[in-house]
Amino acid sequence: MTAFTLYAIGGVGLFAMGLFSFLAVAHLLRKILALNVMGSGVFMVLIAIAHPERAATQPANVDPIPQALVLTGIVVAVSATALALALTCQYHAETGRTTLPEDSPGDERSDR
Amino acid sequence: MNTPHPGLWAVLLVALPLALALAAYVAGRRIRPILVWIAPLAMAALVTGLIHSLIHQGPFRYEVGGWAPPLGITWKVDGLAAAMLAITASVMGAVCVYAPGYFAGSFKTAGAGKTELFWPLAYLLWASLNAFFLSADVFNLYVTLELMTLGSVGMIVLAGTAESLAAALRYLMLGLMASLLYLMGVALIYASYGSLDMVALGGQLRGDPLTWAAASLMIVGLLIKTALFPMHFWLPPAHAGAPAPVSALLSALVVKASFYLTLRLWFDVFPAVARPSAAQFLGVLGACAILWGAIQAFRADRLKTLIAYSTVAQLGYLFLLFPLAAAPAVAKKAWLGAILLALSHALAKAAMFLAAGRIQQLAGDDRLDRLTGIGQRAPLALSAMALAGVSLMGLPPSGGFAGKWMLLVAGVQSGQWWWALVLVAGGLLTAGYLFRFWAIAIAASDHPSQRVPVNWRMELPPFALGVAAVLIAFLATHAVELLEIGAAFPIGGTGEVAP
Repeated sequence: MTAFTLYAIGGVGLFAMGLFSFLAVAHLLRKILALNVMGSGVFMVLIAIAHPERAATQPANVDPIPQALVLTGIVVAVSATALALALTCQYHAETGRTTLPEDSPGDERSDR
Repeated sequence: MNTPHPGLWAVLLVALPLALALAAYVAGRRIRPILVWIAPLAMAALVTGLIHSLIHQGPFRYEVGGWAPPLGITWKVDGLAAAMLAITASVMGAVCVYAPGYFAGSFKTAGAGKTELFWPLAYLLWASLNAFFLSADVFNLYVTLELMTLGSVGMIVLAGTAESLAAALRYLMLGLMASLLYLMGVALIYASYGSLDMVALGGQLRGDPLTWAAASLMIVGLLIKTALFPMHFWLPPAHAGAPAPVSALLSALVVKASFYLTLRLWFDVFPAVARPSAAQFLGVLGACAILWGAIQAFRADRLKTLIAYSTVAQLGYLFLLFPLAAAPAVAKKAWLGAILLALSHALAKAAMFLAAGRIQQLAGDDRLDRLTGIGQRAPLALSAMALAGVSLMGLPPSGGFAGKWMLLVAGVQSGQWWWALVLVAGGLLTAGYLFRFWAIAIAASDHPSQRVPVNWRMELPPFALGVAAVLIAFLATHAVELLEIGAAFPIGGTGEVAP
């Protein structure tokens, strides 16, 4: 097993775990964490793609493009996470809840 | 005399709203009254310049910063991109004229300072929409998609209610999840083909499992963002809970953007992977959306919820394109019909939400049972809704009619009559829920009507958009000529792009 396949499988695994957790948990903070795990999975796959033995460039060097994509992706992820956290704090301050209405059967919509 | 490089228009179309966003944030309300007028006029001039050079010099590509792919980002301008830019400028321009009156009238007491934040976010959304429609780089498209989501979410919470916070959070979470699905697809595409340029990718995609996985991830991510049934549940609360000018932008433009990319990927990049069975499946989901959206719109007890569910239904029509275009003989007709429908829906839906905002302001509420006889107090706003409704129902002559007619003919000619049946049934259902509102609005009101002077700045923009949604039918042949320029469409189109 080469380093590339190890990283790629690890990345896809992280992505899948994050996706499962995002869909399965209701707490908003955990949803945000799950999204970040998903994002890390994608970044791992991209880093694996940049590995010299896979690089599209000849002679085989580290491919710079996926690394640039990861850097951009991290910037996007940081701003999106910041916005999500800020909204969650505001939502908690106004409603006292940490889950969205449809995800919390015990609260108001006990009929669901 | 040298004519300017057509890329200049494209660069300015992104740079100007970005600069306006910064200016509006830094200088705030001091320069806003000037920006409100400068922005729509300048952007209209830029779009006109772009379309002019497109008609005279043909479609073109532009390498941002002079960096060629694979390192740099490529923009591609063809008829479809230009049409989307033009519709963005029309809707954004109308919203810019409308919004000051709306925020001044609806947020008099609390949060008046907060609504100033609408302007930087709206200009940012404008810049990201323009960059999105110009871009031909699948990763750059991811970044602009995220920018659009962040701007939209920021504007939804301007409504300041707990419901709008919950709607914005739900929208943000699903939007981010959908973007990550798309990004994983992009990573897999790059792993297989070593390119991010849609034009370069288009020719070389194979039908291997990795490409299927990548295509599925990207398309599913975009379908969530386009709110295709059954992934539509986030849309009605977000679009109905936002302030009216924001609802107009979200329903008219933002959901169209992800549809636009689905269309581009399906026909330009993934033809080797796009199976007829997958196309039929998308068509079935579209038909379900038409039915379900109409039923929910009929059951809605608020005007804006009704209009938001109507968006779910109208988006369903657009997805009938995929099964219809699977028949090569009528593919081009279906493609043109769906795009005409998307363009006229953008105009009509923006008109509806802006008019609904005015009606909500006059009635103090948008609950349908409080709107009895509202037509007497807001005749111009109600006319705007009527004109937009004509287009949504697909009555001739209107843009909605032209688009649906082309889809209908494509369905009949290719022997897929069941899609034609869905189209006709959908029109009747649309009429059903719209007449339900009109019956309330024109009913004699209990108390004698107080005449309210027409607020031109708030009632003329939706009226103009409603007129445009109807007039687009008379310009349909010109619109088709524009859309055919460098048509991104492989079957029956030229498909050529000048260097």
